[in-house]
Amino acid sequence: MTESHEAALETPLGVTEGRQITVKHGAFRTTGSGDTSGFGGLVTPVILPGATSRPFGSWFDAAADKLEKALRARSVTVKKAIEYYTVDRGEFTIVVRREHLLDVAQILRDDADLRFEVCTSVSGVHWPTDEGRELHADIELLSMTHNRRLRVEVAVPDSDPHMPSLTSVWPATDWHERETYDFFGIIFDGHPALTRIQMPDDWPGHPQRKDYPLGGIPVEYKGATVPAPSERRSY
Amino acid sequence: MSTDAYAGSYETTEGRIHTVVGGGDWDSVHGGTEGQQEHVVVNMGPQHPSTHGVLRMILELDGETVVEARSAIGYLHTGIEKNLEYRSWTQGVTFVTRMDYLSPFFNETAYCLAVEKLLGVTDQIPERATVIRVMLMELNRISSHLVCLATGGMELGALTAMIIGLREREIVLELYELITGLRMNHAFIRPGGLAQDLPEGAELKIREALAKLKHNFKDTSNLLVDNSVWKARTEGVGYLDLTGCVALGITGPVLRSTGMPWDLRKSQPYCGYETYEFNVATQTTCDAYGRFLIRLQEMEESLKIVEQCLDRLRPGAVMIEDKKIAWPAQLAVGSDGQGNSLGHIKEIMGESMESLIHHFKLVTEGFEVPAGQVYQAVESPRGELGVHMVSDGGTRPYRVHYRDPSFNNLQAMPAMSEGGQVADLIAVVASIDPVMGGVDR
Repeated sequence: MTESHEAALETPLGVTEGRQITVKHGAFRTTGSGDTSGFGGLVTPVILPGATSRPFGSWFDAAADKLEKALRARSVTVKKAIEYYTVDRGEFTIVVRREHLLDVAQILRDDADLRFEVCTSVSGVHWPTDEGRELHADIELLSMTHNRRLRVEVAVPDSDPHMPSLTSVWPATDWHERETYDFFGIIFDGHPALTRIQMPDDWPGHPQRKDYPLGGIPVEYKGATVPAPSERRSY
Repeated sequence: MSTDAYAGSYETTEGRIHTVVGGGDWDSVHGGTEGQQEHVVVNMGPQHPSTHGVLRMILELDGETVVEARSAIGYLHTGIEKNLEYRSWTQGVTFVTRMDYLSPFFNETAYCLAVEKLLGVTDQIPERATVIRVMLMELNRISSHLVCLATGGMELGALTAMIIGLREREIVLELYELITGLRMNHAFIRPGGLAQDLPEGAELKIREALAKLKHNFKDTSNLLVDNSVWKARTEGVGYLDLTGCVALGITGPVLRSTGMPWDLRKSQPYCGYETYEFNVATQTTCDAYGRFLIRLQEMEESLKIVEQCLDRLRPGAVMIEDKKIAWPAQLAVGSDGQGNSLGHIKEIMGESMESLIHHFKLVTEGFEVPAGQVYQAVESPRGELGVHMVSDGGTRPYRVHYRDPSFNNLQAMPAMSEGGQVADLIAVVASIDPVMGGVDR
C-alpha cells in the first residue's frame, strides 16, 4: 500500500476525445414566451470525456496491457470486449461491452497484477439521447492489494436493457444490482433474485430515469400554485 | 390445517414450514404440529425496538435457531438522489446531510469533495476550511459510535450503556449546535468550503468538551469491556472473516475486526489526513465484541485528531477564493437571527449593481460544473462512503449516487447470523450498525 491511489500523472498523457451525448437548447425551460433576451436561443452541447489515447499515465497503461493480454489468452478479441478507455480527473474508466463483461470482471478480480477484489458499488446513469446506449451502469472496483480504484462502465440500449450479473464474481453486487434494476430498469441476467429493493414490490416504472417525473404535490399558496420541482423552470 | 391466508403452512423435505409473516393466530398454527420437526417463518420489524431502525427481517426458525435470515429494506426511502437532480450543486448539501442522519458531516464532506473534484478545485480549498471539516468529521465519528454503543447496548438489554452513550453524545451535539446552529442536518460544509467560520470562543468550548469526553470514556470502558454479560452476548457472535468481508464488500469496523487495517484515512487519504497522527484500530476476533472494542478505540483516536485540528487552526478564509464558485453571502447573526451580514447587504443593495447581479445569479442559478463523472470515497464511521457523481455541465447534478456503507454491509447479516440464535441476530445487526436513513436514502 505504498503507491498513491491518486494518479500521479507525470508521464505525458494521451488525448481524451469529447463524446457529445446531447444538446441542450435555451434556458429557463420557456418556449414561445416572446423572450427577447436571447437566452431562448442558447445551444449547449453536452460533451463528456470519451476515449483517451495512449499513453494514459500512472499505472493505467500496465493494467490495460495486462487486461488485454489476459483477454487474448481467453481467445477474446480485445476490440469486441473493450469499447474504449477514459482517463479523466485522475480516474481510470474501462468501457466494456456487455457480451464480455464477465470475462473482463473475472480477469480484473483474479489476475495477480490487477486483483480488484472488492466491488464497492454499482450505479446507473440514464442518458435518454445517447442512442443505443441509453442506460449506463458504472461499476466501481477497489483493489486493496494494490490500493487502486477502477471504474468499469457498461452501456445498454433502453430497448434491450440486459447485461450479465456480476454476483458470481463479486457477491457484494447483489443489492447494488437490485437497486440499479429498481431505479433504472437494467436487467442483470443471472442475478439470484432480481427484485425491487427500495421501492415497493408493486411500484410501476423506474424512478431514477430521466423521463420519470419527480412528481410531488403542487403547493397552493394564496390562490397561486407552486408546481413540483421537476416542473419548475430551470437553468 | 390452518387456511389462514396470512399464516399458511406447507410441506418441505425438512418438515412443515409455517409462515406467520403478517400475523396470525398462533394456537391454530401450532395446534396440529406437535411432535413434528417444524420451521417457522417469522417477520421481525420494520417497527421493532431491536432492529436498529426500520429494518425488516424475515427469519426462518428451527426453535431458537435461525435457519435462514433475509432483510427487507426501503421503508425509509426518501428519493434524495432523485431530488438532488432538481437542485443546484450547493443546495444538494441540504439533502445529503439527511441520508445517514448519524454521520451528517461525512455525507456533506463526501458530496463536497466530489463536486470539488469535478470542478478541479480540490487544491484551492482554504486550509482552515479543510481543518474544520476534519474536526467536524472526527467529532461526528465520536457521536456516531456513541449512538452505536447506546442503541446496540439497548438492543441487548444493557440500558445503562444506552444512557451513558446518549449522555456523552449530548456533549458532542452541543458542539454541533454551537458551531453550525443545528444538532443534526447541518448543511454546514458547502462546495468550496464552509457555510461560515467557527463562532467566537468555539475553540475553548471544544477543548473543554474534549476533556470531559476523555474523562467519561473511562466510564464506558469500565462498564462494558470486562463485563461478563456483555462479553457473553457478543464474543464469538456475528463471525465474518476476511474472505467473507472482501467478497461482500464490507468495510469499516466490521472489516477491521478481521485484523485488516483498511482505513481510507490512511490508505487513500483526503482532506490532508496523511498529516495527522492516529492509529487504525484493529482486532482479530472477527466478532461483535471485536467491533465494539474497535469503536471504543476509534473514539479515542478521533479525540487525538480533533486536538491536532485545534492546534493547527489558523485564522483565514473558510470559503474558496474563486468568486464564480464561492457562496456570495457572508452570514452573520443579527438582531433578528442569522442572515446575510449587514456589510454584504449594504454592498449589494446600496453600492454595487454588479455585486447584486453576481449574488442573484449564484444564489438562484448556481455555478456550472464541467461535464464528467467522479467517484469520491471517505471513511465514515460505518465504512466506505462513496459518491458517484455525474455532471452534464449544468448547474445541477445530473446524477448522484451514494454508496452507503450501511447499505452494503447489511448484506452480511445472513452470513453472520444463520445457524445462530435469534438473540444473536440482534447482536449481529447492532455490530454492523446500519443506519436506515443511509441504507434507504
